[in-house]
Amino acid sequence: MKPLLKRLGLQGRTAVTAVPYLWLLLFFLIPFVIVLKISFSTSQIAMPPYEPLLQWTGDKVMQIKLNLGNFAFLVEDDLYWKAYLNSIWVASVSTFFCLLLGYPIAYAIARSNPSARNILMLLIVLPFWTSFLLRVYAWIGILKNNGLLNNFLLWIGAIEQPIQMLQTDFAVYVGIVYSYLPFMILPLYANLVKMDLTLLEAAADLGCKPWQGFLKVTLPLSLPGIRAGCLLVFIPAVGEFVIPSLLGDPGMLMIGKVLWTEFFNNRDWPVASAVAIVLLLFLVVPMMYFQRAQDAEAGGVHR
Amino acid sequence: MNQGRNLFRTLVLILGFAFLYIPIVSLIVYSFNSSRLVTVWGGFSTKWYGALLHNDQILNAAFLSLKIAAISATLAVVLGTLAGLVLARFGPFKGRTLLSGLTTAPLVMPEVITGLSLLLLFVTMEQIIGWPAGRGMTTIVISHITLTMAFVTVVVQSRLSQMDDSLEEAAMDLGARPHKVFFLITLPIIAPALMSGWLLAFTLSLDDLVITSFVAGPGSSTLPMVIFSKVRLGVSPDINALATILVAIVAVGVAITGIMMARQQQQRERDAQMALAANQQMIESVKKG
Repeated sequence: MKPLLKRLGLQGRTAVTAVPYLWLLLFFLIPFVIVLKISFSTSQIAMPPYEPLLQWTGDKVMQIKLNLGNFAFLVEDDLYWKAYLNSIWVASVSTFFCLLLGYPIAYAIARSNPSARNILMLLIVLPFWTSFLLRVYAWIGILKNNGLLNNFLLWIGAIEQPIQMLQTDFAVYVGIVYSYLPFMILPLYANLVKMDLTLLEAAADLGCKPWQGFLKVTLPLSLPGIRAGCLLVFIPAVGEFVIPSLLGDPGMLMIGKVLWTEFFNNRDWPVASAVAIVLLLFLVVPMMYFQRAQDAEAGGVHR
Repeated sequence: MNQGRNLFRTLVLILGFAFLYIPIVSLIVYSFNSSRLVTVWGGFSTKWYGALLHNDQILNAAFLSLKIAAISATLAVVLGTLAGLVLARFGPFKGRTLLSGLTTAPLVMPEVITGLSLLLLFVTMEQIIGWPAGRGMTTIVISHITLTMAFVTVVVQSRLSQMDDSLEEAAMDLGARPHKVFFLITLPIIAPALMSGWLLAFTLSLDDLVITSFVAGPGSSTLPMVIFSKVRLGVSPDINALATILVAIVAVGVAITGIMMARQQQQRERDAQMALAANQQMIESVKKG
């Protein structure tokens, strides 16, 4: 009786593992293989708009046509690598400002009264529950020439002419920092709230001034939180599409926008795929880093 | 000294929350503006709400989005709970690293990549097996499940690894089979996490623009797609009205959840006190006897 039950239990385990596993393999991993495949094919005017890689020629010989032209195109046309570099730059600057803003906020909440912490954290994630698109839209009303911010600055007399803020890089930075700030604060807070405060007392007893205690104890101990928060902001920000298209200059080069245009406007699926593959190559290292941090944070292998 | 630190903390929090909330408040305020030029105040009016109610395009898109969000959140909770359980409780096994990678990658993967890859998958599948025929609600739901189950997995996995597994072990020792342990012990304990996972998945699905634009077919425009095409042309007051309604729904939902959780907490404390009192009584009666 017992071995049978055990065997049933084991089979149940396999089934429980298999269902989410197969789903993710089919709908997350295999699609990347297809993107890779199509990035090597030639575009044509048809539906779907690309030539198959594998073709049966007359005498039962399968022919593989690998077209490296899409990748060569990405290298030749400086639009693409400029867009990649600019995206990485914009994402890095935004991540830096997210950290600069998010750290003091997470710190202030983590050192608040325990009963207030949960409410304050709820207030941090609350905007996240309303539409991301509408929160980006709100900044159009604030930043445009006759918008709130310009009107306010005119009213206090800081400026005499409205400043062009919408459709500038500044607006994109503001939009990314604003939208991704909760993603920075969450891991930082989780880290800072767990910290053993007696370490700071010990540092003070040994003659550390409060700011020294912060630099030598709190900051190094919060590095895992900083790393997780920065990756959580940086990686998606590199491929951001909505914020630069709503707030940025129409000519601003961001790779997410380039991919979108190749796909929807030029209908060049192979080039769009090649753009995606190269973007993925840029992001694979930070992603693996993030995955390791995430797994360690979630408790890793239990038992 | 201490006062200075408190002052700093208060100042940081006030500025931080001002940054987070001023845009949302401005959306709400200008939804009641009668002027079409969103930021020029023309007097109080609720006419944009009326206009919204008569905008069939927005209403249909909203209905479609709600339907998609409800279906995909529910299925994402099922799949995400399984994945979370596997990762938190099944110990090391062959392929665990891959599974863990596959569940965390969608969290940070730029949406343009996920969207493009899913579309190419659907096109290829249609060529090979003839399903899914064309693109529309089915392909959107599948894509949203894939995206949102990752978030559910993280929520469930972290809840399970915080949870004391001695109750589960006790039930196993008493002879309960694994599935019985799961449904009678584990599931009730992690139910609040599943609820917040569902809400998170629902919100993400309702809000997604980029992936949806790739995998949607003609005639299946979701609410974010309609909003995006309107907003691209500039500010429009009926979108402010729509945002206000959305914020109101979220606020009410959060308030209800908050009250429910506070009540549950009180109930739990009362139960604990009663158990303690009963225990005390029993000990005393044993002593007397």
